[in-house]
Amino acid sequence: MQFKLNVRRYDPEAENPAPYWREYTVDVPENATVLDCLIYVREYVDGTLAVRCSCRSAICGSCMMRVNGQARLACATKAKDMREAGEAITVEPGGNMPVLKDLIVDMDVFWNKIRQVKPWLEPVQPVPEREYLVPNETILDLTVAMNCVMCGACVSDCTSLEVDKNFIGPAALAKAYRFVDDPRDEAREERLQDLSDYGGVYDCTHCFFCVEVCPKDVAPLDRIVEIRGRAQSAGIENNAGTRHAKAFEGIIRDSGILDEPMLLLKSIGMNPVEQMKNVPGGVRLLRAGKLPLASGPFHHKIPGHGNVKRLFEKVEAGQEA
Amino acid sequence: MKYAFFPGCVSRGACPELMQSLTAVADHIGMELELMETASCTGAGVISERNQKLADALNARNFALAEQTGLPLMNICSTCQGVMSGVNERLKARPEYLAEINEMLAEEGLSYSGTAEPRNFMWVLVEDFGLDNLRKLVKRPLGELNVAPFYGCYISRPTDVLGYHDFPQRGVYLEMIIEACGATPVDYSGKKKCCGFPIITMNRENSLTMAGNHVGEATEKGADFMVTPCPLCHLNLDAQQPDAARVVQTPLNLPILHLSQLIGMALGIDDKDLGLNRHVVSTNPVRERVHALPLA
Repeated sequence: MQFKLNVRRYDPEAENPAPYWREYTVDVPENATVLDCLIYVREYVDGTLAVRCSCRSAICGSCMMRVNGQARLACATKAKDMREAGEAITVEPGGNMPVLKDLIVDMDVFWNKIRQVKPWLEPVQPVPEREYLVPNETILDLTVAMNCVMCGACVSDCTSLEVDKNFIGPAALAKAYRFVDDPRDEAREERLQDLSDYGGVYDCTHCFFCVEVCPKDVAPLDRIVEIRGRAQSAGIENNAGTRHAKAFEGIIRDSGILDEPMLLLKSIGMNPVEQMKNVPGGVRLLRAGKLPLASGPFHHKIPGHGNVKRLFEKVEAGQEA
Repeated sequence: MKYAFFPGCVSRGACPELMQSLTAVADHIGMELELMETASCTGAGVISERNQKLADALNARNFALAEQTGLPLMNICSTCQGVMSGVNERLKARPEYLAEINEMLAEEGLSYSGTAEPRNFMWVLVEDFGLDNLRKLVKRPLGELNVAPFYGCYISRPTDVLGYHDFPQRGVYLEMIIEACGATPVDYSGKKKCCGFPIITMNRENSLTMAGNHVGEATEKGADFMVTPCPLCHLNLDAQQPDAARVVQTPLNLPILHLSQLIGMALGIDDKDLGLNRHVVSTNPVRERVHALPLA
């Protein structure tokens, strides 16, 4: 079967290095993967094409690249599923990492972030004479995060990393969760504090790209949300993320519907510099007739908001029991 | 065509023009809306950080209220859509968990049986009303206008939770609606990325960079305005646009319309009924061009 590929090429050793697109036609079996197509190109059409791959079984994570605009493992992506009527399959290197050559990116960015979260156990002291005894259910929760094959797909398509290289990123945060919730680890609180700081869990935008592209269903965003919850439960509250979540919950508990000006004020907290930054925005909303004036004590509650409050109490009472 | 209408918080807060324009469009196309006044906020993916079960219970309560009406459930916010779809999937997959939550709803006389299918106005318009019917009602095709679609994250991903397998075109509905209104969709890389709203109080610089990048890219690609089904995206892209321009160091002046305002303009609904004056970035240039267009 024939497929057309439009491949983004880049040769750093060219006279004037710059990315360019090259179209290839390959003749491969109907069930060929995108990686099969690229290997065909390298073997039979253009030996200069640089592709990184190893296991061809979706477990080594080497062949992550963008296919039709989205990060995928090329070896786990059928070419025929990617072919849109009459159009070539576009193949590019992963995003958010520097391109070394053609489809190969420099994974140092990825590994440095993994190292940043100290991906090793800090053993609970004293070390037991024999082994640590760990209840099965506590480890079962971690197996999702352990499924990560370090392919970098989530890092490639992360929208926060796109604007801020300081963000720890989805893969490293999912890895961090694996240690935060490991009962054998003693550094839990220190980890939670670090992860709540600038560049940590509160810089994630909830864009769901990491969930969408992860080939192993690690769902890094869900792990990030869990870290936020763990940190807040541990009393790590001196950050805008926690203030925001607490204020949000309190407003809904009391009135069933959001009080936006109050939420903003409480999220920013008692920081005059940050508050001043929001004054021009408030004035613009006021002038446009968008600022809800019924705020604070004048906020409109939903009819029967007492039912919402009672539901909060019931859920919380059940969890305390 | 009647719906249990879940308005969310923002259409009754910082985006009154969304409620105004949606109501005007619904009236015009014969869509009856039964306002779910007693429904609460979905939690917007924030309450779940602190307490997932609480967020699930709040949404189960809303679903039960919708079931009581016997009507299909419609929302008007990408974020509400994403949260509702996620919770609904979880509740349906775990009957014992749903039963536990229903016990807590019993005092209010509510019980969720798992039949709600929450859908955004954008989906309802395409899947129930139909774009052929919309085209027939268009009085002023927006022929000369280039419109940049901006979806919002929660209505775009994860696709398996949002029913994209059954409705694969949900990823291009905005473009389809723009075309049905006679305008031309602008393609640009930011249309399904994050607007930055969720981190505006946590990392203002990053949030405004995201907003500024998308508005800048859409402008560069020739957009006359942007349209979104998400009022939260609207707030970051419209209300924060002057600050976003400073952060990305690019002059920006792109009107950001709600989906219902775009449709309303094509249907020939009066500007004042669409709340087009309630924007931070003036919609006047768009309105002037639209009014200069010939009626069909």
